[in-house]
Amino acid sequence: MNSQWEAVIGLEIHTQLSTKSKIFSGASTAYGAEPNTQACAVDLGLPGVLPVLNQDAVRKAVTFGLAIDAEIAPHSVFARKNYFYPDLPKGYQISQFELPIVGNGHLDIEVDGVEKRIGITRAHLEEDAGKSLHEDFHGLTGIDLNRAGTPLLEIVSEPDMRSAKEAVAYMRKLHELVRYLEICDGNMQEGSFRCDANVSVRPKGQKEFGTRAEIKNINSFRFVEKAINYEIERQIDLIEGGGKVVQETRLYDANKDETRSMRSKEEANDYRYFPDPDLLPVLIEESLKAEIRATLPELPVAKKQRFLDQYGLDDESASTLTSSRELADFYEAVVKASGGEAKLAGNWMTGDVLGALNKASLEIAACPVSAERLAGLLKRIADNTISGKIAKQVFDKLWNGTATADEIIAQEGLKQITDTGAIEAIVDKVIAANPVPVEQYLSGKDKALMALVGQIMKETQGKANPGEVNKMLMEKLRKP
Amino acid sequence: MHNMTLSELTAGLRDKQFSSVELTQAFLSRIDQHQDLNAFITVNDETALQQAQAADQLISAGNAGPLAGIPIAQKDIFCTLGTKTSCGSKMLDNFIAPYNATVVDNFNRAGAVMLGKLNMDEFAMGSSNENSFYGPVRNPWDTDCVPGGSSGGSAVAVAARLAPAATGTDTGGSIRQPAALCGITGLKPTYGRVSRYGMIAYASSLDQGGPMARSAEDAALLMQVMAGFDPKDSTSVEQAVPDYSACLNDSLQGLKIGLPKQFFSSALNSQMAAAIQAAVDEYRKLGAEVKEVDMPNLELAIPAYYVIASAECSSNLSRYDGVRFGYRCQNPEDLTDLYTRSRGEAFGAEVKRRILMGTYALSAGYYDAYYLKAQQVRRLISDDFKRALSEVDVLMGPVTPSTAFRIGEKTSDPIQMYLEDIYTIAINLAGLPAMSIPAGFVEGMPVGLQVIGNYFSEAKLLNIGHRYQQATDWHLQVPKGFE
Repeated sequence: MNSQWEAVIGLEIHTQLSTKSKIFSGASTAYGAEPNTQACAVDLGLPGVLPVLNQDAVRKAVTFGLAIDAEIAPHSVFARKNYFYPDLPKGYQISQFELPIVGNGHLDIEVDGVEKRIGITRAHLEEDAGKSLHEDFHGLTGIDLNRAGTPLLEIVSEPDMRSAKEAVAYMRKLHELVRYLEICDGNMQEGSFRCDANVSVRPKGQKEFGTRAEIKNINSFRFVEKAINYEIERQIDLIEGGGKVVQETRLYDANKDETRSMRSKEEANDYRYFPDPDLLPVLIEESLKAEIRATLPELPVAKKQRFLDQYGLDDESASTLTSSRELADFYEAVVKASGGEAKLAGNWMTGDVLGALNKASLEIAACPVSAERLAGLLKRIADNTISGKIAKQVFDKLWNGTATADEIIAQEGLKQITDTGAIEAIVDKVIAANPVPVEQYLSGKDKALMALVGQIMKETQGKANPGEVNKMLMEKLRKP
Repeated sequence: MHNMTLSELTAGLRDKQFSSVELTQAFLSRIDQHQDLNAFITVNDETALQQAQAADQLISAGNAGPLAGIPIAQKDIFCTLGTKTSCGSKMLDNFIAPYNATVVDNFNRAGAVMLGKLNMDEFAMGSSNENSFYGPVRNPWDTDCVPGGSSGGSAVAVAARLAPAATGTDTGGSIRQPAALCGITGLKPTYGRVSRYGMIAYASSLDQGGPMARSAEDAALLMQVMAGFDPKDSTSVEQAVPDYSACLNDSLQGLKIGLPKQFFSSALNSQMAAAIQAAVDEYRKLGAEVKEVDMPNLELAIPAYYVIASAECSSNLSRYDGVRFGYRCQNPEDLTDLYTRSRGEAFGAEVKRRILMGTYALSAGYYDAYYLKAQQVRRLISDDFKRALSEVDVLMGPVTPSTAFRIGEKTSDPIQMYLEDIYTIAINLAGLPAMSIPAGFVEGMPVGLQVIGNYFSEAKLLNIGHRYQQATDWHLQVPKGFE
């Protein structure tokens, strides 16, 4: 970015709350059903139907509020947002306007080693709309109302972010948090976590905000970063070229990597919000807050600190291993089953395990090697039954089969040779067969020793302990 | 049979003086005979007789519900599974609900037989039943006159003995005003007492269903079936339902009646005022004490009501867009055309007027001046009632400023039409229960006495109505030609 300019970014993130039924009806929220098979009379907005608030959605919203240290409104109100659209069955969306359930809170992010606190203005409950399907209907539009009435928590940040990088860091942190809290499955492909970005630019040092554009419905971290960066550049170019940014809604086109205008402020709807007379105000008692607070899981920041303190991990490993609750739980299960091999488990998890998962595009929940089987391997490394090198072979077999580490080691005869006599014989044989490296080592080239160790490991098919071999070699070559 | 009370009908069915099929047949014949009243939008000959047959079997088996075999008729605002629910509108002329309103389910459970669906002002907006897509309903006391609205079909069906009893709904007077103009008993319960689920919404914070019957005694039996908490309606109240028939005969000795002085201003026709005073005198004879009460904010009720009700209706009626159900215009060119023509062609003038007013009142820049102000006025009016009802047990006054007017007389002047509800609207804003009972005639047309009680005092109101009906016979008068 041109250094004279500063970007100002605020995000509105729609998280789909993972309730079993919809926010105002008993219909299922499961994803992927045949169109219009999960829409009941209430979701269809039939004449005479009435909404009934799903209390689980309220609990999940309160859970979120408590986790971001926010004010929980003792009295919040559902309002109708009125506009016509074919996938909005009632002609209004039930949302919250003046009195949202979650007030001021905050979330801390870290970018390039610098911590920053991002304010969260509010989070409110609302229902999702259905979907308009434009293909396959010969110039007509199909309407699928399965999604209509799905509970959403819209989380609105303060305009506290100053770069696309910060925006993405905030979004990731939020994504991590809602999954920790188990209030949202975080599935971005299915639209469970969607982002609108408000972007403006201003000359560095200026207090007032510039005119903002809102980029709608961006559904991946990568696209959020690209869309914001594109938009920042567009606005700077526009202003520097003598133009003016207009307040408008824009769409990000991932194929062309650009944003384009959707509608201007003048064309914007007057939503005619007013309190929904079909629903009573939501009253949150202190007792409910206390009850939910007591069930809050350990949050990412606290968990990372505990991993640092309790397991002696380095900062990066602790961050990686606490980036999702499932990963952290897996790690702790491995540590426990391995009898406390915390550091070894940390190395293996952040290295081989995550590497293999990444390569196979799998989540930790789908890891073919269970915590117990992985722990079985780590135990054999720790007690020197196998070397680190052999361990990698065993891990491959764990990944591709169902046997335990011990079974694989026994079947394949991978047990480390602990008989010093046997190793000594091989060492002597290698020394005798390799006079050149021996000579080099003796004349001061320490590196030559590695060639000899390699030869010995080769002879033992990796089953000798490399440390042992090293020690024995050095002793033998110093002797005469 | 058609002049019997509900208790008499129940006894007759139990004692096998007649069967439910015979009874139902008798009312179906009367409905057929008096089609010119236009009280019904849909008559369910076939299903009514099936229900009657089933009821007869249950009665014989001895496990019948409280209204087993009793024919009733539903206002066409209550959704009925398998039978058209039009709400008096072209918009829903083709609409068959896939579910029953809770009120309808309750009547089914009680064993009642549904004769059909009753005419009404379109979407319950109107005070004369002239706003129905299905044409005006005629008042049996003078068929050139309106029956009132919006539950005009209900009032006429009961007054003309086309049904022993009916349901109505009341947003600003739609049960009480037609009950008064047709000489029957109508009760608007406390807001939240009767489930609104399946009752097509006009103004959600004001709408309330209730019974329309020939007497307070009959209304009590209907209330018993209609009232109760419904988990499907978040605004219904979780409070025990009393036995509405248990205290019908309680003494009225010492009852404190308040007469709001604003109800007896010059707007009230002097003959009407005399009839109401005579009714109040009857209560004095029954042991009541009467005093005047002051309710200074009542005069604000009509403007506040038309802002709030219109605002809510503008949103409630947005779902009628031609997309999923109801009327859809021919060959829409695009989405906007589909919306504007479907709505433009299917809504009547009064509905459009209120949607426009409501949309305006909620618009950016006007919300505070209209909607918020109206809500503040609503609170002032509620406070007036609270104060008055802390001094007296009930309030009494007229239901309407005059008796039934002629068809067409007020259609060109919406303000005049809105003033029809001047005595009833405030009660909806406060959410209180109120009843209209027949209290005499002016020039041959019925006059209604309004009795307003505190929240959930329906049993008391019915008691007050019943004692009066024991002492008078206004409620027993039958229009000529319908005896």
